[in-house]
Amino acid sequence: MLSIIINNRFAIASVILFVTGFVNMMVHPNLIKKIVSFNIMDSATFLMLASRGMIAGRTAAILTDGGANTSLYVNPIPAGLVLTGIVVSVSVSAFSLALVQRIYGTYGTVDMRELLEAMKKKGE
Amino acid sequence: MPFAWNLPYMSVFLTMITAILLSVIPGAKRAYWITVCVSAIVTVMSLCFLSFIVKADASYAFTMGKFPAPFGNEIKFGPLQGLLASVFAAVMCLSLLGGRAELFEDVDKKKMGLACVMLNMVLASLLILSYTNDAFTAYVFIEISTIAACALVMIKDSGPTLVATIRYLFMSLLGSGLFLFSIILLYAITGHLLMPQLNESVAKLMESGNYTKVLAMLLGMMTAGLGVKSAMFPFHRWLPDAHGTATTTSSAVLSGLVVKGYAVLLITMYVRVFTLDTVRAFHINDAVFVLGFCGMILGSVQAIRETHAKRMLAYSSVAQLGYVFMGIGLGTKEGVAAACFQILIHAFTKPLLFVSVGRLASTVHHDKQLRALRGTAWQTPLAGIGFGIGALSMVGIPLFGGFAAKVNFATASVFTDTKIVLTLAVLAISSVLNALYYIPAVINIWSIRGEAALPEAGKAKKDLTATAAIILLACGVLFLGVCFTPVMNIIVRGLELM
Repeated sequence: MLSIIINNRFAIASVILFVTGFVNMMVHPNLIKKIVSFNIMDSATFLMLASRGMIAGRTAAILTDGGANTSLYVNPIPAGLVLTGIVVSVSVSAFSLALVQRIYGTYGTVDMRELLEAMKKKGE
Repeated sequence: MPFAWNLPYMSVFLTMITAILLSVIPGAKRAYWITVCVSAIVTVMSLCFLSFIVKADASYAFTMGKFPAPFGNEIKFGPLQGLLASVFAAVMCLSLLGGRAELFEDVDKKKMGLACVMLNMVLASLLILSYTNDAFTAYVFIEISTIAACALVMIKDSGPTLVATIRYLFMSLLGSGLFLFSIILLYAITGHLLMPQLNESVAKLMESGNYTKVLAMLLGMMTAGLGVKSAMFPFHRWLPDAHGTATTTSSAVLSGLVVKGYAVLLITMYVRVFTLDTVRAFHINDAVFVLGFCGMILGSVQAIRETHAKRMLAYSSVAQLGYVFMGIGLGTKEGVAAACFQILIHAFTKPLLFVSVGRLASTVHHDKQLRALRGTAWQTPLAGIGFGIGALSMVGIPLFGGFAAKVNFATASVFTDTKIVLTLAVLAISSVLNALYYIPAVINIWSIRGEAALPEAGKAKKDLTATAAIILLACGVLFLGVCFTPVMNIIVRGLELM
């Protein structure tokens, strides 16, 4: 049992992080914390991807004097996917933060419950 | 390779290049007309490609970049993808034309170029979600579509649209997070992201019995993720605010097209990667079926309670998407084909309804409460007729597209062992519920505006583009209602060649 946990530590950690981010995003009323939760969720997937792509004893697929012996290198695709995923995640975070700033400018709050109350008061 | 095989790639490239260029091209009108022209050109290109691929009776994998499969990136297209791309581009063009007046009123002239950037990105995303043969590319374009769609909601730049956007954005991010995690799990157990290789690996795993629990879990996550994004019940709460408060063009594009892109991707993943047998083996289709018919009933019930015309149409979209999920949930090729037809008919009908409501509301200072729209059809009869055609199609009156969709679902249910009675019962109940809010709405807009409490309805300004859009969208609804057999033949063959 312990060996299973140790062998799958990255997968377990990423599942815990993903669930933490997912639940917080669902239930937390603060918009900034929702964005942080989304980033935790995305980081969990990157951890999962990076850990699955890594093979102990091998290095990044950068050709050096050692030649093109593929058994020396790990598959570069997971790392490429993590980079693409980070770019997407940063773009979405930037967009979300800009939107939250705009909402704060209009209603003076970043709390979803207070926001809905403020809308009701304004009759929107 | 025939030249026509390049058209899908070129259409995606054209929309993306246009989006990039529009961010620096000045002039609101120029940006708008460039976007209209590009969507029209993409429509023509997609129709040309469709005619070639239907004649060739084949599907083709188009390799992009330096490396071939399984390392490089691919798009794959057949008759179904050609048909979907043609309809998506045509409806985008008509939605732009139909909502032109309101778009220029609602959007700051300085920001029109950026709005057009987003419209082009939405079209590019829809095309890629139909064409892609790579799961990770699908994820990237899901996120692009999310940002572009959210921006389209908030371009009106009012308090309610900002709040609607943030709710839409967070639900969408939950959905894309689930989808991303599911494809990472899939990659972890198969080592592939291209769909044909994934298909082979999944078949081997199913045969050996390895990782079946992980497969079931990731399939469930993928379904939930794409379900959240395409407003599957009970994840639909974000939709009425987002689609009901946006400007007419945005509402038409979001309701008629954007939510369909994710449903198309779900169908592609089910058919091309997992196969319907695997989906049935894990009973995922049963869950989708139940959520689909819950959406059909409860979406309509909430639409009946609505007093705001656009929110009523938005709730109706939840019900109509329920039809799509019910068809997918049947778990048969016939059911999926019926769902594809529903996607096409709803893509024409809902923008027709939104554009018509926009025109009707323009006579009463854009007040979209149903009470305020009373009698407005007499001020702009074509919009009244357009709304009537859309409403009758939704109810399922013969010769209108909605009727053909319902016939397809009923026919498809015959091929299932256990779901036939439930499907027929839900179709009947849903049709009655649709009639309960659409028929009173049609009567309302054609009634005499006699109440003293209502403000005077002015004569609608002439709007040739909206007139053309309403006529063409109505023609689309009627064409699909009358000539549905050839369209269904293309869909069925497209699914076989997928």
